[in-house]
Amino acid sequence: MYKILKAEKLAEKIYLMDVSAPRIAKHCQPGQFIIAKIDEKGERIPLTICDYDRENGTITIVFQIVGASTLRMSEMKAGEAFADFVGPLGQASEWIKEDIETLKNKKMLFVAGGVGTAPVYPQVKWLHEHGIDADVIIGSKTKDLLILEDMMKEVAGNLYVTTDDGSYERKGMVTEVIKDLVVNQGKKYDVCVAIGPMIMMKFVCLLTKELELPTIVSMNPIMVDGTGMCGACRLNVGGEIKFACVDGPEFDGHKVDFDQAMKRQQQYKTAEGRAMLAAQEGDTHHGGCGNCN
Amino acid sequence: MDVLKKVPVREQAPDIRNHNFEEVCLGYNKEEAMEEATRCLNCKNAQCVKGCPVSINIPAFIDEVKKGNIEEAYKIIGQSSALPAICGRVCPQESQCEGKCIRGIKGEAVSIGKLERFVADWARENDIKPEKADSTNGKKVAVIGSGPSGLTCAGDLAKLGYEVTIFEALHEAGGVLVYGIPEFRLPKDTVVKHEIENVKSLGVKIDTNVVIGKSVTIDQLMEEEGFDAVFIGSGAGLPRFMGIPGENANGVFSANEYLTRNNLMKAFKEDYDTPIAAGKKVAVVGGGNVAMDAARTALRLGAEVHIVYRRSEAELPARAEEVHHAKEEGIVFDLLTNPKEILVDENGWVKGMKCIKMELGEPDASGRRKPVEIEGSDFELELDTVIMALGTSPNPLISSTTKGLEVNKRACIVADEEFGRTSKEGVFAGGDAVTGAATVILAMGAGKAAAKGIHEYLSNK
Repeated sequence: MYKILKAEKLAEKIYLMDVSAPRIAKHCQPGQFIIAKIDEKGERIPLTICDYDRENGTITIVFQIVGASTLRMSEMKAGEAFADFVGPLGQASEWIKEDIETLKNKKMLFVAGGVGTAPVYPQVKWLHEHGIDADVIIGSKTKDLLILEDMMKEVAGNLYVTTDDGSYERKGMVTEVIKDLVVNQGKKYDVCVAIGPMIMMKFVCLLTKELELPTIVSMNPIMVDGTGMCGACRLNVGGEIKFACVDGPEFDGHKVDFDQAMKRQQQYKTAEGRAMLAAQEGDTHHGGCGNCN
Repeated sequence: MDVLKKVPVREQAPDIRNHNFEEVCLGYNKEEAMEEATRCLNCKNAQCVKGCPVSINIPAFIDEVKKGNIEEAYKIIGQSSALPAICGRVCPQESQCEGKCIRGIKGEAVSIGKLERFVADWARENDIKPEKADSTNGKKVAVIGSGPSGLTCAGDLAKLGYEVTIFEALHEAGGVLVYGIPEFRLPKDTVVKHEIENVKSLGVKIDTNVVIGKSVTIDQLMEEEGFDAVFIGSGAGLPRFMGIPGENANGVFSANEYLTRNNLMKAFKEDYDTPIAAGKKVAVVGGGNVAMDAARTALRLGAEVHIVYRRSEAELPARAEEVHHAKEEGIVFDLLTNPKEILVDENGWVKGMKCIKMELGEPDASGRRKPVEIEGSDFELELDTVIMALGTSPNPLISSTTKGLEVNKRACIVADEEFGRTSKEGVFAGGDAVTGAATVILAMGAGKAAAKGIHEYLSNK
């Protein structure tokens, strides 16, 4: 069992947990993910690592309620435990292997969207700890859904926050901020790392391609085992089949077929949605969709 | 009784079992088993033993069954096999022990598999446990993977007094026995879990949720965690796809995904959260055991199912019994047929598959006649789900993170057959990680060989 040491609601439907998992905390790197499973009947849920504490042997995860299992997960409290918690899975961010002096000469721009702010954090923190300050853009639908702003402020160079509805800081999409920084302010970046909803990553990539700014994205497709066995997470990257779990989750964003990836993301939408409704409505759930009893 | 024929085994009727996930074959009872045992000629130079990858003393155990000494029969099997209830169910007996049986020359071979199954089931029902080593020798061995090769290797080493820890990447022990082979062929709670408990009762520790190469590497296990030797039985790996257009459409699954969702994640049980796209009309591409398992699973989830295979029936690599059962249950076999393209609707879902008819030409490198396209024979199958059961390619997780571990050009780990020795000192390997996708019993044979290899290595160290 993997004990939850802290459970906190960050925003509507978004939660943070510190989980005791010494083996993972000892070896994980920014960019990698874990798979959590609540109990015997839960799904295997892949989540990118948000933070880790090697000394205390803990992993921090941030998740949003999207289906029956994440809903149940949100109800778990400190002191309770996951039946299963496995990792670290996937490849670490590519730039971690680079020579630190070369890296210091690179100007990096991180673009975080929504709950994608969580996996951006350990990368920016790692850079900060190695004496590199990266610029960070956080995009959120609205002020209330913005997460990890203070933590990010501590480790980022410049932090730009934008909300779709203008309820906090700038108004508009993250792409508008990128355009403003690069085109209007003439800032030069060597690489962009964009993590967030697939639709956001798609539009960031369309823009950075135009700006000739190399861009890395972190893909979060449907997965089962997370070790390469099932192939559910396959993506078309530059015309080749890649498995997000073993080849990724980070890829060259300019090569990813986002339209196909987004369609694949929908694959279990109806079934998951139904399971969620059934869980929410409990005994009062009678279907009506023709698929439930 | 007709001595030329096997005592028939009771099965669920085809039109009942194709709606449930209960085991198809019900097995012999004691009377039936004892009667079948009388058909064994107790050959001095027993050919059946030579056909068995773990060399079970078959005539000896059958002789005990004949006398009604089932516990004694279980002990004899236990000297060679740690997982008899499983092997009795999933071994391809027709090409192994039963394929060599003298009875088979004129009539039907002795039903060795069903007898083995009976003995193991009887032992379980009567709570007979395998015998544990008297004391440990203080030497630590890590076994990677809790599938058939890992369980066998661990069991054998524990009996010799080693302290064995199995590391399993998934949340449940058993490897392909739990994620791959379906419930109706190999019941999980009664049979698989029990065999794993037996291995544990020998003193073997199983650590789940540890991905070797990620959570910890082999070098770290040996240098930091004090393991004296390591056995790699990590299994087959990444599912293959055909590389035809439309293959990433929604509704195209690898057999691994489809089976894992259903077997390991129990999608067929309503109280589990796991979703599965059951499909209404399903094509399974491939002709091996995995293809049969996926097809029969889809059928039980309510679909009309076609097996699409590019060669003819004679070349189907699946066990004869699986093909026979699949046909009985109503699966359609589209043989000498090869997919060319998966047709996709405007929402990205499968709507059909373009296929072409094949004929058999000259034998190819595998010795089987090579299928050749018949020009102009294209046709379309209307479908909503396609399951690819085309085999696997090795998982690089371990080979890419272990210093000095040699792989061959197919990326399989190189290990000798006799003792499972790899290019790295103290590291042994066997099963699908070495051979590519094969059978449960061959993996068990390799696990056994490696246990011998490890014992020899550590005894002389």
